[in-house]
Amino acid sequence: MTATEAVAGGEDELQRHFDATIDHDQRVEPRDWMPDGYRGTLVRQIAQHAHSEIIGMQPEANWITRAPSLRRKAILLAKVQDEAGHGLYLYSATETLGVDRTDLTDKLVEGRQKYSSIFNYPTLNFADIGVIGWLVDGAAIVNQVPLCRCSYGPYARAMIRVCKEESFHQRQGYELLLTMMSGTDEQRRMVQDATDRWWWPSLMMFGPPDGDSPNTRQSMAWGIKRHTNDELRQKFVDMTVPQAETLGVTLPDPGLAWNSERGHHDFGEPDWDEFKRVLHGNGPCNAQRVERRRAAREDGQWVRDAAAAYAAKQADRERGAAV
Amino acid sequence: MDNAYEALVESEGDTRWAFGTGFDDPLAGVDATVPAGVDGPDLGAYCLMLGDDALILSHRLSEWCTRAHELEDEVALANISLDLLGQTRMLLARAGQADGSGRDEDRLAYFRDEEHFRNVRLCELPGGDFGRTIARLLVFASWRLAAFNRLGESRDPVLAAIAAKAVKELTYHRDYAARWLVRLGDGTDHSHQRAREGLEAVWPLVDELFEPHDVERRMVGAGVGVDPASLREEFDAVLGQVLEPAGLATPETPAMGRVGGRAGRDGVHTEHLGYLLAEMQGLARAHPEATW
Repeated sequence: MTATEAVAGGEDELQRHFDATIDHDQRVEPRDWMPDGYRGTLVRQIAQHAHSEIIGMQPEANWITRAPSLRRKAILLAKVQDEAGHGLYLYSATETLGVDRTDLTDKLVEGRQKYSSIFNYPTLNFADIGVIGWLVDGAAIVNQVPLCRCSYGPYARAMIRVCKEESFHQRQGYELLLTMMSGTDEQRRMVQDATDRWWWPSLMMFGPPDGDSPNTRQSMAWGIKRHTNDELRQKFVDMTVPQAETLGVTLPDPGLAWNSERGHHDFGEPDWDEFKRVLHGNGPCNAQRVERRRAAREDGQWVRDAAAAYAAKQADRERGAAV
Repeated sequence: MDNAYEALVESEGDTRWAFGTGFDDPLAGVDATVPAGVDGPDLGAYCLMLGDDALILSHRLSEWCTRAHELEDEVALANISLDLLGQTRMLLARAGQADGSGRDEDRLAYFRDEEHFRNVRLCELPGGDFGRTIARLLVFASWRLAAFNRLGESRDPVLAAIAAKAVKELTYHRDYAARWLVRLGDGTDHSHQRAREGLEAVWPLVDELFEPHDVERRMVGAGVGVDPASLREEFDAVLGQVLEPAGLATPETPAMGRVGGRAGRDGVHTEHLGYLLAEMQGLARAHPEATW
């Protein structure tokens, strides 16, 4: 049955058609009917993801002017530029759901929409750039690879491209850490210090424990989400432990140990109170991150006004010429 | 592969690095021989001049990162900064080869003091608002494109190849700045005023671009370099083509003075460069034994 045939059958038919699409693991496309809850959940999730890309530029951009070699500077600048590009595709994906990018930016700077709380931590030494690539992009990839199979077509397609680029970034970050670990004692100390600071926030990137994640069940039923928070967190830990060993750093969790019975690593519980504090705006950099975004929007208003005024004059001139 | 993460510890396939960043030596595999009859130290100094111009302006443009008015321009400004950084790396690498010192790009970028930087002072001027950024970029890209078009014929084949690649990039930079200056000049009254102020702020540094240094004169004689004075006519014509539709007049602000006849090409800079270098070089200099 096509969507047009479904329309003839009213709301129930539309719902049945939508459910069948989800059940058969097919893609929902922008012009298809979809329940309001599905649309709202997607807008919230994709906007949050887009905001995370844009806010996430800040902790890394913090080191562009100070990068200690021209090659590292080029890698970092290219990476931050890629993140702006990811933000652009993701905002475009939200526009296919009938929202406007400007409104989403308003919501971000007014604190009405969230972004990944990891970006509310500061980057304090250059190894942070490597650790963000290794752990933060690594966790993002674990979260995002299943989204390449998300039921909403434009989001799934955007995620394929985003994941490819994220995997470059992650390798670049890890390569920086390998280089630093083979450098001076002070460089090794920087890598360990950065790992100590980013490990727990990285585990928090998968969201609250399953028992405390109210939206997971519905998102999984809709094919938006494919694995629970705890499943993804476990996968990340299992992958990261051998990489930490190769690198020669210690992950700051005394409870971390291989459990042969489960076939997985056991690990400690992140400080969920800290997670909530950061989520509610009280992390070390929340105010600074949002303020930067707000300032960019306000300081640039005159430029956007100029572009709009110029476009209107050009359109008038073209109409005048056509007469 | 279900998970891109698994690629992490693979030791091969490094061709997948992000574009333009996957090399340690920007001139790897290039024949470094200095052409017969060309003075190596002069060629080195000449490449430093061109490389330092790109390095310092790249730094200023990278300061925009996360501050632009629109994501599309965030990407564009980062892209231009990255192009100039790529030009820097090749030119500094060539400088270290040609002058016989064997200094690599990082030695030159991070371990020279202010007085050894050879960039024109235009590049180090603080970025200011978008109006000034665009005015400076238009001036810089128009001037550099005119020079690099001619450097494609340089007797130094390395410099000629670097210039040929850079011409494509600079053409885009000039176009980007020109389009924006017209939009700002012919946008709102407020944007017109900002564009005018931006142009007035950079204009005192324009004459310096066309005043040849002794190294440049000698490189012209050797068939390697370009006489900057010969670029003025083309530059004025290009600026005229942009300022006219922007409704902006050529500023009449006088040229910034020199210090005992010396300016950027002689290593005599504005007060701004010291701060820029302190920020850029601080980490590298704090760990001179480190590898990054």
